[in-house]
Amino acid sequence: MIPELGQFALILALCTAVVLAVVPLAGTITGHTGWMAMARPAAGAQAFFVSLAYACLTWSFVTHDFSVLYVANTSNTSLPLIYRLSGVWGGHEGSILFWCFISALWTAAVAVFSRSLPQVLLARVLSVLGFVSIGFLLFVLWTSNPFERLFPVPIDGASLNPLLQDPGMAIHPPMLYLGYVGFSVAFAFAVAALIGGQLDSATLRWMRPWTNIAWMFLTVGISLGSWWAYNELGWGGWWFWDPVENASFMPWLVGTALIHSLAASEKRGVFKAWTVLLAVLAFSLSLLGTFLVRSGVLTSVHSFAADPTRGLYILLFLGVVVGGSLLLYAVRAHKLTSTASFELLSRESALLVNNILLVVASAAVLLGTMYPLFVDALGYGKMSVGEQYFNAVFVPLMLPILLIVGLGAMLNWKRDKLSGRAVPLAVLGVASIVLAALLATQLLSFKMSAVASLSLAIWVTASTVYGIVHRLRNKRKRLSAVLHTPAAFWGMSIAHVGLAVFTVGVALTSIYTEEQTVRMELNDDHSVGGYSFTFTHLDEVRGANFDAIEARFAVSRGNAELGDISAQKRFYDVRQDTMTEAGIDAGLTRDLFIALGEPLDGGSAWSVRIQTKPFIRWIWLGTLFMAAGGLLAALDRRYRKVGVPSTTSDRTARPALRSDKNGQGSSASIPVTTRVSAPGGQTGL
Amino acid sequence: MTPKRKQRLMLVGLMLGGVSVAVAFGVNAFKQNIMLFHSPTDVVAGAVQPGQPFRVGGMVVEGSVSRSEEDLAVQFKLTDHAQTIPVRFEGILPDLFREGQGIVAMGAMDTGGTFGATEVLAKHDENYMPPEVAEALEKAGKMPGTAATYGNKTVVEP
Repeated sequence: MIPELGQFALILALCTAVVLAVVPLAGTITGHTGWMAMARPAAGAQAFFVSLAYACLTWSFVTHDFSVLYVANTSNTSLPLIYRLSGVWGGHEGSILFWCFISALWTAAVAVFSRSLPQVLLARVLSVLGFVSIGFLLFVLWTSNPFERLFPVPIDGASLNPLLQDPGMAIHPPMLYLGYVGFSVAFAFAVAALIGGQLDSATLRWMRPWTNIAWMFLTVGISLGSWWAYNELGWGGWWFWDPVENASFMPWLVGTALIHSLAASEKRGVFKAWTVLLAVLAFSLSLLGTFLVRSGVLTSVHSFAADPTRGLYILLFLGVVVGGSLLLYAVRAHKLTSTASFELLSRESALLVNNILLVVASAAVLLGTMYPLFVDALGYGKMSVGEQYFNAVFVPLMLPILLIVGLGAMLNWKRDKLSGRAVPLAVLGVASIVLAALLATQLLSFKMSAVASLSLAIWVTASTVYGIVHRLRNKRKRLSAVLHTPAAFWGMSIAHVGLAVFTVGVALTSIYTEEQTVRMELNDDHSVGGYSFTFTHLDEVRGANFDAIEARFAVSRGNAELGDISAQKRFYDVRQDTMTEAGIDAGLTRDLFIALGEPLDGGSAWSVRIQTKPFIRWIWLGTLFMAAGGLLAALDRRYRKVGVPSTTSDRTARPALRSDKNGQGSSASIPVTTRVSAPGGQTGL
Repeated sequence: MTPKRKQRLMLVGLMLGGVSVAVAFGVNAFKQNIMLFHSPTDVVAGAVQPGQPFRVGGMVVEGSVSRSEEDLAVQFKLTDHAQTIPVRFEGILPDLFREGQGIVAMGAMDTGGTFGATEVLAKHDENYMPPEVAEALEKAGKMPGTAATYGNKTVVEP
């Protein structure tokens, strides 16, 4: 009964999505206010029905309703409650339903928080989101119905893949999806702007927090995935340039570029067409990511199935979305002209360089990910692109970003001179190198690559902090100046420091990791990276739904005992899967990692992988900083009191806004040619 | 030329220069890191030179796995049921490495006709077969069961 209710709710959701997509858009064409006003209630109704369907599926999981095929495939009576809840998105059908659920929530959120938007714009935006919803709801109903019944009803289910039975994995997909789908809001605004042929600064300001939030979720989602891979896959790696990882990383790179170009477009009215293109690309890459993961076209540890109809559907959908929006872009983008000028040394230039580097990096990842698929599809044989390709391309592209990130953030809009700041900056630069060399030799050992990357990380931090100090100079009341600095500025600074922390983690982990795979018997000891590991115990233990062999290792360094590390080899009951549960002793400056390989000589000895990984926690710490920065920036008060972007209210707004008006050339006949620096130059981001 | 134009030209020049350097790097790295996939039949037919890295896939022959007594060296035979090649590897095999299981290995042939693997991949599903292996087996006409047996497996999110 409950599954049928869910199915019914899904069909109703599709109906409301059609109404949402068609009626308000028709209203904008005919000028019928009542039709446009349909947008909000339709968005609400859609959210209600999709949530109902989602609740029904969750109910089936909680009550072990194995008459539902999807539940029988992914759940089991012995599965703990938390994994039954996360199992709802643990398989294909449920995860697509989850996509729809998140999409409906985002749409409803836009409908709720949009009182200040003009009705025509809102109607267009919600219509576009409605179209996206139709695409995914049709996909669920047509090819991947999660409510399909199974007869005869099995006594027990096939259970969730043990790899996914991990707390990190339980919340990784929701975060990732919140990010993916969140970019649909920026996409909807971009398409609405193209339809309307204009993009004013109030709309752009409105887009910024939404994009930030989506980006924040994507950041958290990706780093959770990385953290999970480190914990669960037993290799001790945190990023493999696996196609599925790349699928989530490409929208992240373009989304990062989008955040930055939005700042320039909002503040100065430049790069508008480019911003729209980035918004289209970010969402297209999110869809591509879904396609790559869901269609099973990849040779990857992640995609376990091949279903041609599903793949074909997503490919078609992708074609319609990308093709349609790019066509619209080709026809309409010339209307979004930018007439504001800026000089070589200005924040606009810095943001432009940032954008180019990020987009080129994303294109390089796209090439490495898609090329093998094309070659395969065209029948030229099977091939893969190695990890070294990605590192070789990606690292050189990121170095200039690290060099200019702090610098760009302290430049004025329009034009700037570094004359007063050149000397302190040079001193900071030299100090960064010296400090890096000192730290590397004192804490670890001297290596040129480590000194170089540490200097860059310190430089990012130093230049960011100097930017903050420089911003607050000349202020009489320091404390009140600090308090009145907008949250967005702090958010940016925190995210940039996060980049530095992340760089430290990546560089030191990849340079100083020591790894050995050895054969160990009970009471053997082995030393790696200055630590001594003694194999002390070997026990059999019983978990909630698995048996495990647990090996315990006593760790010491010099004469100091550092405690025990336990690593497990698990054998899951239902699916008969073997899993390696690595033993990790986590620390701020180093992780000790032990994974059991396989039993040798009938179980008296084991092959063991031992690694010492300096500063690996800093990788995820850095991403946390970035996410926190994104969130803080989105919560800036400035975004909450967005004025109605009618022409009258803009006139009365603050000077910063007025300069935007000039800059974006909404009255295209007056290009800005004055040499006076914009009043908004100092205050804004 | 006005100073403004000059600056803009400089900016455009810098961008173009930067992007072309990046593309040059990228293409170069790309060329060096492409790894082709070959089946044991291809290998026996002499499709690859010794020392040239590639990926090979097939089924691990039942009863062929032999381990060293002292270290982590292991040898086994890999087959697409038409041809068989010997493989050696040193290190930890993945959890799902089993005899009779489909795997993919990366490495190169040595002059003695043995494949020296640097990495062995087995997928995290007991019934799963890597797509290349399935295709290689199909080509050799030795696919066990029908394609549908692995077509309806549960899909798992990363």
